Amino acid sequence: MHQLTLAQIARGLAAKDFSAVELSAALLARIQQLDPQLNSFITVTADQALAQAAAADARRAAGENGALLGAPIAHKDLFCTQGVLTTCASKILHNFKAPYDATVVDKLAAAGAVSLGKLNMDEFAMGSSNESSHYGAVKNPWNLERVPGGSSGGSAAAVAARLIPAATGTDTGGSIRQPAALTNLTGLKPTYGRVSRWGMIAYASSLDQGGPIARTAEDCALLLTGMAGFDAKDSTCVDVPVDDYLAALNQPLAGLRIGLPKEYFGAGLDGRIADAVLAVVEELKKLGATVKEISLPNMQQAIPAYYVIAPAEASSNLSRFDGVRFGYRCENPQNLEDLYKRSRGEGFGAEVQRRIMVGTYALSAGYYDAYYLKAQKVRRLIKNDFVAAFDEVDLIVGPTTPNPAWKLGEKSSDPVSAYLEDIYTITANLAGIPGLSMPAGFVDGLPVGVQLLAPYFHEARLLNVAHQYQQVTDWHTRTPSGF
Amino acid sequence: MQWETVIGLEIHAQLATQSKIFSGSATTFGAEPNTQASLVDLGMPGTLPVLNAEAVRMACKFGLAIDAEIAASNVFARKNYFYPDLPKGYQTSQMDHPIVGKGFLDITLEDGSSKRIGITRAHLEEDAGKSLHEDFHGMTGIDLNRAGTPLLEIVSEPDIRSAKEAVAYVKAIHALVRYLGICDGNMAEGSLRCDCNVSVRPKGQAAFGTRAEIKNVNSFRFIEKAINHEVQRQIELIEDGGTVVQETRLYDPNKDETRSMRSKEEANDYRYFPCPDLLPVVIERSFLEEIRAALPELPVQKRERFEREFALSAYDASVLSASRELADYFEAVLAVCADAKLAANWVMGELSSLLNKDNLEIDQSPVSAAQLGGMILRIKDNTISGKIAKMVFEALAAGEGASADEVIEKKGLKQVTDSGAIEAMLDEVLAANAEQVEQYRASDEAKRGKMFGFFVGQAMKASKGKANPGQVNQLLKQKLEG
Repeated sequence: MHQLTLAQIARGLAAKDFSAVELSAALLARIQQLDPQLNSFITVTADQALAQAAAADARRAAGENGALLGAPIAHKDLFCTQGVLTTCASKILHNFKAPYDATVVDKLAAAGAVSLGKLNMDEFAMGSSNESSHYGAVKNPWNLERVPGGSSGGSAAAVAARLIPAATGTDTGGSIRQPAALTNLTGLKPTYGRVSRWGMIAYASSLDQGGPIARTAEDCALLLTGMAGFDAKDSTCVDVPVDDYLAALNQPLAGLRIGLPKEYFGAGLDGRIADAVLAVVEELKKLGATVKEISLPNMQQAIPAYYVIAPAEASSNLSRFDGVRFGYRCENPQNLEDLYKRSRGEGFGAEVQRRIMVGTYALSAGYYDAYYLKAQKVRRLIKNDFVAAFDEVDLIVGPTTPNPAWKLGEKSSDPVSAYLEDIYTITANLAGIPGLSMPAGFVDGLPVGVQLLAPYFHEARLLNVAHQYQQVTDWHTRTPSGF
Repeated sequence: MQWETVIGLEIHAQLATQSKIFSGSATTFGAEPNTQASLVDLGMPGTLPVLNAEAVRMACKFGLAIDAEIAASNVFARKNYFYPDLPKGYQTSQMDHPIVGKGFLDITLEDGSSKRIGITRAHLEEDAGKSLHEDFHGMTGIDLNRAGTPLLEIVSEPDIRSAKEAVAYVKAIHALVRYLGICDGNMAEGSLRCDCNVSVRPKGQAAFGTRAEIKNVNSFRFIEKAINHEVQRQIELIEDGGTVVQETRLYDPNKDETRSMRSKEEANDYRYFPCPDLLPVVIERSFLEEIRAALPELPVQKRERFEREFALSAYDASVLSASRELADYFEAVLAVCADAKLAANWVMGELSSLLNKDNLEIDQSPVSAAQLGGMILRIKDNTISGKIAKMVFEALAAGEGASADEVIEKKGLKQVTDSGAIEAMLDEVLAANAEQVEQYRASDEAKRGKMFGFFVGQAMKASKGKANPGQVNQLLKQKLEG
């Protein structure tokens, strides 16, 4: 049963081949059995899941038939879940039970999805290896000595290991697409403003966006349908109608104009990944697409701009974790300053502290113009590059990551080398455009992802292209051995 | 050396919205601690702000009332600092792009002259909560009811030159925000608070001296005292060879002194940056025009109209227009009695002292505008004298009658104007004081003048104040001289 995709589950539940309770119970048993190897869950909410599953079965018995009714999923542990631990994989929130549900959690629950628990991640979504979690690193099911990517590493590992068919994730600089690429999954970062951020604990507010991680584009379409939409509680959420992602999946690709940015194929990219990208392009050409070279001239400035803007916003967003009202508080504070210093010093891990320091510095008097303001200007240039590119092409294709999954601990002492792994994903966050990573082959037995980028609010096009590709290839069906 | 004082004020006006600036919580003052704090106000992880449109409307009202530039868009920024009653670790405020730009306000000084005070800007921001240090035995309690209450911070140019001018300016702002209905102006509850930037310089010098900022002064009287004290402190410091340091000071009304809170070196670097959770606020021209069309008559316009239409002095007009409620009361009295001078005198005189004595607001006045207007009518038609009117007024205040006419009737206070009756009464008075009459007639003009008052007093006493004073004067003169 654990091999079923969301789409197959929907059909199975509708056909009464099995019940939601049976399905969830089977997956809960599988999590209990296999997750100790992976560490993908921080919290498993078995009782609550079985109750939700029973409620979904009752709704179906009463005549309801939604695509997500009874579908088991799990949430990245930065989506607030009422009464359930919501930790951001940080010691500073080790005891935080959210008093409310995030909009994404609420919408999926309303659609009948069953949440099996909360997934591990890089602490406060800061990282691309899932090694910065207070709850320990997550292992890549394809090779337990390798990282699953991050920050949605728990989401990716759990879905790749068939513990759950799909999961929510968030993507600030690649945190959905990069782990999807490293674990042979399909992951979509929607347009900024497509999915509500209410209840999604902020890392970098102007870049964060929630989205689905699943095995297929079709499943991403199903899950995104349940997540997307306007929410008056998030002022940056955009009030545009949600496309019918499922209906768009089967559109033919004839005439699709694909752009290949020449800057993507420079030094630093594993040649075998470059080959995988070109192979994808060949398949898409067979499906009727045309290809041309394009240019994104400001791409090289993206990483420095990102590592100013994201930490700057984070330094402010994380100020509320002060030991005063919730979360971790140090023992026996001597005075207010001691309370702040030790609660935060003991509560935040090294990478989070590093980014708070960087961000605080970038916003300081005398440095603001040179760093933050300049980074915002770069951001505008990057956005303009994409807008110009999409005048010429409908879709940009490229690698998701320059390298496949690296070994646990390999980049721990060199954060900058880990930052450079985000080169292909970060620009979509800076520009706010949607991006998708899909399975496109293997290098040394490790999965390779190819990234598709589209203009604002063209998630349907990304899902359509990925789905059509997945109809003629089978990379996405490969399962890691042992799972 | 002659010193000149330079003052700029930052006034925080709490906007009278039903709910907070970024959440749906109520803003009522005095509720049980933390009962008006939502997830947003508590700074719960994952929560986001949504701007209250009413706060924007109120800020625009203020901007139009001071003839300010209102930009097509304004931007919220985060002011970052740690404090236990600041739940998010930053205050959402405005920095580079405030909602209200440069404007001005004309104030009336004590001598009746007018002075224009520039207003640099006014911006929207959220209030913090309150730290409670009593009753917690060495700990601090946090009440977040106030956190997120909308504030309009109104920053003046350094155009103010004395403590008295500062008070006049704050009073003018106070009147204006109340006229506009955007702030209740209750200073005791902190609805209007004032930070005073004070410096001194040798008279004639163009450059400003180093300023000190006195934080959170919360009454007109304290503003005047705090500034005067601070000016004195700075002058003495400089004259003793010292220098003023830029710092934040606190005024202690009990000791009538200011003391240092923190110096410039200790000041926070607030690391302002545009709040990524809020989009720039776009102000449509049509929105402004709609607000402009609905603006009430403002204090300055009302003062000018009072001078122009009712021939009141500049001083009377400014006192009567100081609050919308007082002005409305005055105009209601006037509508009944049609005598602006008398109406002004009674409202500013007897009525004001009555209210002051009992510490009442004008809308709590025991004498209604209709009652006062009706009474003034009886003064005008000679039914009662001014002196008797005071008795009638007191009776009305004590609830001894529904109208002046009823009080006059019930107490028999109607003025005697029958000259025959007055003459008879005067004859009795003169007969009873024959000795004084002899003296009067034997005296020269100067002495007579003094003695005349004695006879008037006796006559009024004999008539229990009811005799028409003009007639008494005239007839008495005839009888004494004749």
